[in-house]
Amino acid sequence: MLAKRIVPCLDIKDGMTVKGVNFVNFRDAGDPVELGARYSREGADELVYLDITASHEGRKTFTDLVGKVAARLSIPFTVGGGIHELRDVDRLLSAGADKVSVNSAALRNPRLIEEIALHFGSQVCVVAIDANYENNDWLCYLNGGRIPADKHLFQWAAEAEERGAGEILFTSMTHDGVKDGYANEALSALAERLHIPVIASGGAGKKEHFRDTFLQGKADAALAASVFHFGEISIAGLKTYLANEGINIRIPPPERMTQGGGETN
Amino acid sequence: MKKNVAIVKYNAGNIGSVDYALKRLGVTPVVTADEEVLKQAGKVIFPGVGEAHTTMKHLKAQGLDRIICGLRQPVLGICLGMQLMCRFSEEGAVDCLNIFDSDVKRFCPQKHEDKVPHIGWNTLREVKGPLFAGELETQFVYFVHSYYVPVNHCTVATTDYILPFSAALQKDNFYATQFHPEKSGSVGEMVLRNFLTL
Repeated sequence: MLAKRIVPCLDIKDGMTVKGVNFVNFRDAGDPVELGARYSREGADELVYLDITASHEGRKTFTDLVGKVAARLSIPFTVGGGIHELRDVDRLLSAGADKVSVNSAALRNPRLIEEIALHFGSQVCVVAIDANYENNDWLCYLNGGRIPADKHLFQWAAEAEERGAGEILFTSMTHDGVKDGYANEALSALAERLHIPVIASGGAGKKEHFRDTFLQGKADAALAASVFHFGEISIAGLKTYLANEGINIRIPPPERMTQGGGETN
Repeated sequence: MKKNVAIVKYNAGNIGSVDYALKRLGVTPVVTADEEVLKQAGKVIFPGVGEAHTTMKHLKAQGLDRIICGLRQPVLGICLGMQLMCRFSEEGAVDCLNIFDSDVKRFCPQKHEDKVPHIGWNTLREVKGPLFAGELETQFVYFVHSYYVPVNHCTVATTDYILPFSAALQKDNFYATQFHPEKSGSVGEMVLRNFLTL
């Protein structure tokens, strides 16, 4: 059976991991390559590296870092931030990323999704959506939640799927940083409308929140940052908890089992 | 002289990842489309991420279809590499290398929860043969694919998604995995190590 995925997200600024609290204030949370390797050992199913300053300051993403991560990690990872055109996607995939996530650029130019799907396949194309609940509706935002876009969450997610997105990464700005659980109602509504996997983001504070977003939110994967970066929740402990709650979760084998084997080459 | 490992060079998306994975295991592969180098290699890895029809055209244009079929040493096809080693693929309705006499089919969702592509970690079942030495039954490996090879007489591991399908195939010196060992953490490393020690 396909496992539900736990996805630590590393926000990157100037080559360091940071975590935004409601997208505005930042605290350091370590070296991105080392942190990623640690999460991988602890059982993370994949990682997301986001260049959070890219779309705001127009900075190109961190190809060197992507190469170092690819050399070190044996699990898949997604990169996002500052992807404006096909050339950016090509550069990041060539550096070793498995998937790219597009956000503002796709809102501004939805054809970008089709181009990525056509050239590299839908499986590499994650469409990230930042949306805020206001006036009884979920409104999409551009540039890391700074500029409102003329799109609604459900409408835009369906359009993204139609255009060839392989997955939707939905961050609730309403829940992000509050640590009171994911936007499960909206997530579940998304899961019912879409035919591609949905990654829940924004609101993780304790283990129960992950369980709830898998059961109530029907999410295929749950993304979190600060609870992992600051050791509030350990990935290994979280996965044991979720498995005990009856959720299908990948528990990696103990290292000694897979460190055996004979001489290579 | 140690026999080296060669990765078939063509327009596949995951050559870099396979190269990195082998280097983590202490092996530095050569990435090549040269017939002599491929023939002389101790092991050959045939990776693959992309679309079947376009990729087959590319392989034929480079003469790689003939070279791959004629290899005598252990060969490991990965993901699209495995599918291209089959007889025919529904993806672009294309004739493939016909090393394994099965056809590649597209997943047909049976209910709303059945999403295509099949993305993520799923379990290995009914594993057999040297590729899976070391208690790999029920371990999780990483998949990304929309097409699958039905269970057949060459199947050496199955995985269940919508229906049981071939997670791995073997026939003579040809091995193949639908999952990505290069992205499957320590379990994937063990599969790769098993292949390298054949």
